Amino acid sequence: MSKKHHITTIVNGDEYEALCETRHTLLDVLRDELRLTGTKEGCATGDCGACSVMMDGRLVCSCLVLAVEADGKSIDTIEGMASGNELHPLQTKFLELNGLQCGICTPGFLIAARALLERNPDPTESEARYWLAGNLCRCTGYDKIIRAVLSAAAEMRGA
Amino acid sequence: MSDVRFEAPSSLSEAVKILAGAKGPSRALAGGTDLIVQMENDLLEPDLIVDIKKIPELRAIKPEGGGFRIGATVTSMEMIEDASLCAKWPGVIDGVKLIGSIQVKGRATMAGNLCNASPGADSVPPLVAAGALARIVGPNGTRESPVEKIPVGPGKTSLAPGEIIESFFLPERPRNSGDAYLRFTPRTEMDIAVVGVAINLTLDSAGVCTQARVALGAVAPTVLLVDECANALIGTRVDEAAIDKMAAAAAAACKPIDDKRGTREFRIKITSVLAKRVAQKALERARHTA
Ligand SMILES: Cc1cc2nc3c(=O)[nH]c(=O)nc-3n(C[C@@H](O)[C@@H](O)[C@H](O)COP(=O)(O)OP(=O)(O)OC[C@H]3O[C@@H](n4cnc5c(N)ncnc54)[C@H](O)[C@@H]3O)c2cc1C
Ligand code: FES
Ligand code: FES
Repeated sequence: MSKKHHITTIVNGDEYEALCETRHTLLDVLRDELRLTGTKEGCATGDCGACSVMMDGRLVCSCLVLAVEADGKSIDTIEGMASGNELHPLQTKFLELNGLQCGICTPGFLIAARALLERNPDPTESEARYWLAGNLCRCTGYDKIIRAVLSAAAEMRGA
Repeated sequence: MSDVRFEAPSSLSEAVKILAGAKGPSRALAGGTDLIVQMENDLLEPDLIVDIKKIPELRAIKPEGGGFRIGATVTSMEMIEDASLCAKWPGVIDGVKLIGSIQVKGRATMAGNLCNASPGADSVPPLVAAGALARIVGPNGTRESPVEKIPVGPGKTSLAPGEIIESFFLPERPRNSGDAYLRFTPRTEMDIAVVGVAINLTLDSAGVCTQARVALGAVAPTVLLVDECANALIGTRVDEAAIDKMAAAAAAACKPIDDKRGTREFRIKITSVLAKRVAQKALERARHTA
């Protein structure tokens, strides 16, 4: 099969090049070409949010972005969330408060929750639940995830 | 399987030329939230995809003639973040806010929502109620069309091959105008409208309704603009009797399908319930705007 598009993308601050076909999604290229497998595929149709990434500062589902569209764009994935060995407060809180079980949904929740806290450092529970409505979890029942997000928000505000 | 040709021109004329010259199935690409899902589900196998997001004129929200011109590739999130647009056309924003998750809204456009021509598209009834005009550019030049003339059936539009929506125009609003949109869905988020109702109305200084437009979504193959509903409100103080009459006209205009998400009877009933709630909301907004 021909791979005709040559794309250059900044992922987590580093420049990457890849070859792709038109029908390949950004998710396909992140996972299969760049081997950044932290971003997960749950549905491939925009419903579950497991593939959430930031593209030029905007929260999107990477399964609903064609890889060719990412040419020249800046992408942030879960692999860029911790600084070295130091976890992001959201990551720490998800661990402490059991915001994950199987973990498939976790990278998507973390990326989406970080985007929320960047816009709104002090969300209400209802705001957090609405913002995260595009991220599905089959294991936790959501409550622990919401607690972890609100607790990380409080910590980040220094409250 | 051969690969799909992909183009991302930086001018509208170029995009029109490429699409108009296409032999096989071709599609403009905006946010991809319908297009990529349809490709993934093998419902669509285009030979050519033309990404229209690199065309500068399509990307901005601009004031124009006291109203707004909204470029076709402006995303739902960009609209929600525009404070002056939200203040002037809250009912249009009600619709846009319902388009999927934050992730989906980060990409989805109103033009794509309209051109995908789903009867349940949430941004369409409020655009129709607003009296929005679409500016369409194609191989034979530019034309303006009322939004309600664009969908002609589920998945079908009146756009000719090579035609692209360039922008929408939301007109200047008289004082004391308000609009609102509500839909009924089994779940509160991430669901498709079983019924959607949008109402846009204007009051005079005495509180009498001078203009109204009522649009219904998901209860017919295309969005319905119902004159009988508007006529029930115009000339009244939008009191309970007028609202009841309008809601009855809305129920009478429905031609809904019967499916697992709602029976025909249920959809008709919900249309009149929603119509009353939306009228109250639009009325409140009309009273509280200068
Ligand atoms: C998980 C999920 C949940 C959703 N929930 C809702 C919901 O609750 N309510 C709702 O209404 N919708 C919902 N949607 C669908 C909604 O996202 C789309 O209808 C969206 O608005 C389409 O816009 P787009 O920019 O993504 O279009 P695209 O997918 O890029 O295009 C859609 C169609 O329109 C054509 N097109 C796009 N722009 C133009 C243009 N300027 N001129 C001519 N043709 C054009 C394309 O060729 C294509 O045929 C949901 C989608 C997903 C994935
Ligand atoms: S994999 Fe992208 S939303 Fe489910
Ligand atoms: S932890 Fe298993 S899906 Fe969320």
